[in-house]
Amino acid sequence: MMRRVAIVEVALSPAGESADNYLDQVYRVCREVLDKAGITREDVGTVVSASSDVFHGGVSCANAYYWDSGAAFLKNGTRQDGESLLAFSYAVMRILTGHYDTALVLGLCKGSENPDNDMITHFFTDPFYQRPLGLNETVAAGLQMRAYLEHSGTTEEQCARVVVKNLGNALRNPNAHRKGRLDVDTVLRSPKVMDPLKELECAPKSEGFVALLLASEDKAKKLTKRPVWFRGFGSSMDFFYLGDRDMGSGVLAQAAKRAYDMAGIRDPVKEIHVAEVTEPYAFQELLWYEGLGFCGPGEGGKFLDTGATAPEGSLPVNPSGGVLAANPYVSRGLCRLAEVTLQIRGQAGERQVDREVETGLAHGTHGFAGQFHAVAVVGA
Amino acid sequence: MITRDKKGNPILEAEARIPYELALGPTVHRFFEGFKQRKILGTRCHACGRVLVPARSFCPRCFVDMNEWVEVSQEGRVLSWAVTNYEYFGMPTKPPFIQSLILLGGTDCGFMHLIGGVDLSDVDRVGRIVKTGMTVRAVWRESRTGCIMDIQHFAPVD
Amino acid sequence: MPDKHFHTKKHDVWLPYRFSAGPVFERFFEGLKAGKILGNRCPRCERVLVPARTFCPRCYVDMGQWVEVSQEGRLVTWTMSTEPFFGMRTDLPYVAGLIHLDGTNCNFMHLLGGFETMDIEAVRERLKGSVRVRAVWREEREGDMLDIKYFEPAD
Repeated sequence: MMRRVAIVEVALSPAGESADNYLDQVYRVCREVLDKAGITREDVGTVVSASSDVFHGGVSCANAYYWDSGAAFLKNGTRQDGESLLAFSYAVMRILTGHYDTALVLGLCKGSENPDNDMITHFFTDPFYQRPLGLNETVAAGLQMRAYLEHSGTTEEQCARVVVKNLGNALRNPNAHRKGRLDVDTVLRSPKVMDPLKELECAPKSEGFVALLLASEDKAKKLTKRPVWFRGFGSSMDFFYLGDRDMGSGVLAQAAKRAYDMAGIRDPVKEIHVAEVTEPYAFQELLWYEGLGFCGPGEGGKFLDTGATAPEGSLPVNPSGGVLAANPYVSRGLCRLAEVTLQIRGQAGERQVDREVETGLAHGTHGFAGQFHAVAVVGA
Repeated sequence: MITRDKKGNPILEAEARIPYELALGPTVHRFFEGFKQRKILGTRCHACGRVLVPARSFCPRCFVDMNEWVEVSQEGRVLSWAVTNYEYFGMPTKPPFIQSLILLGGTDCGFMHLIGGVDLSDVDRVGRIVKTGMTVRAVWRESRTGCIMDIQHFAPVD
Repeated sequence: MPDKHFHTKKHDVWLPYRFSAGPVFERFFEGLKAGKILGNRCPRCERVLVPARTFCPRCYVDMGQWVEVSQEGRLVTWTMSTEPFFGMRTDLPYVAGLIHLDGTNCNFMHLLGGFETMDIEAVRERLKGSVRVRAVWREEREGDMLDIKYFEPAD
């Protein structure tokens, strides 16, 4: 029988700007998770970190830089660049090999120090065909939003309602970067930064230092009374050139299917009790509902309007405020997983959803217009 | 625009020029405030007893906070050194110059800085003057701003 | 960036690159210099992709025949900004789109222009529906994506 793996403790930093330096923040979040679990640095079997070289930090060979701070001196560990949820899947795999009983998973990002996202994502583009045209993540999102609105009949108002929901949810999240009681009109009247995208529909640039301690089944039961078990993981990556892709759907459905199959989920709307998704542009939350199978193609706006994804609904999405409330680009996927873990354990404080939560879903995306998606399913 | 390199191959020249503003944090800030006053500050780990310099927030070995601040000696022994003889992006000064790791008195790790006050006109003969194990002392700049180069270099003590 | 209320160190990362273009991209840009838009066809799925590629990303085989593609097509989607951003090479307002050039099997990214672009509502009206667009070239061409000035509405 295959070993099981659980998340036993999490630690999350606030997303607003901090006067501490990057290394100190890494240390603090690792120290916190180890203290919560009651173990020492020596007890940690392996470390898997998620961070970005150079652009999202100003430091190349980033893991060399923060290795000490990540409790990882002398440890067999690794770093991955790309969507941070992948670090979770690699750590799970390391424990499943039987070689490690515990794994420390880190997501590290200090957005407040970095240049604008538009500047950083300018360098995501290929230098030949797309960069000379000024393509960056916001331009790609603008192109995707228009294509999505026109094909699905989704309205700009429905997109704006995502902002109202998520920033409203963030009022109950002490870690959130951006929060507020907005109305649809305020969102629609905010500057059209990349038409049809409005300024308030775009995520901020935040800090996010997150640590999750994973353990094998026997160890997990010793370390916590409320282990949150790994149930499934899937990812998928689309073509690189924007012109090669179908902007209205993309590969999230594939990533989700892989995760659902592994987790034995047949009816996500009934079997998922809370979801934290990565929605750096508000309309994308609606598109992700469709990819995750919460509703049919083109129905994301309608699904939002049923109220199902509100914090008091049957499938709350982003009770933390999501990425519109806190966007540490490089670590946001793992932050979603930490939030889901807190919900399952009943430790989400004021933002704890009303309904019973046994199974949760965390989603991350990376690259332009959802080129890459990762989905993790965890449960009590 | 595609241009050609020296071999006639097609290339595209591009540049990444991106600004960062990095938070110092209280430990790094306090260390550099010490520099303004010509002091070299380290911190001691209560678990292993080692003193590390520059000052740190935590001991990387024991993984505990380091709260005990210590003013360390301005003199130390050269652990290793190397002469740089070419220009490169980010160099501290024009070559030739000497990079080194120095064990300052009262500390338990190598401190990185430059060795100066040495005749570098003949790079091949520097080894007659600079030797591993020799004692060097910090030479401060007149005007200090709170950065690692407030120390101009470490000079041999004879 | 706004001034911080705590101690910081400003630090610019400056990195120069010289990317090797390779023969396929080189040939595409030579095509632009000559006022042509070049794609190529996958020998397996027979799709024509533009700009030209080395390999078909779906079939994962070398692309075959080079094709001079139409300079006209249908605007699939577009977006617009009136604020400057890093890496822009043209004047504001910035209007970019994905264009399905006739006879090809993917979308081609480029800028849109040649019509009144100062007012966003006017632009939305002008580009509504499946507008047909055509390439407008610069007088002097250097083998650069912007040898095509923009695509303008063709009606």
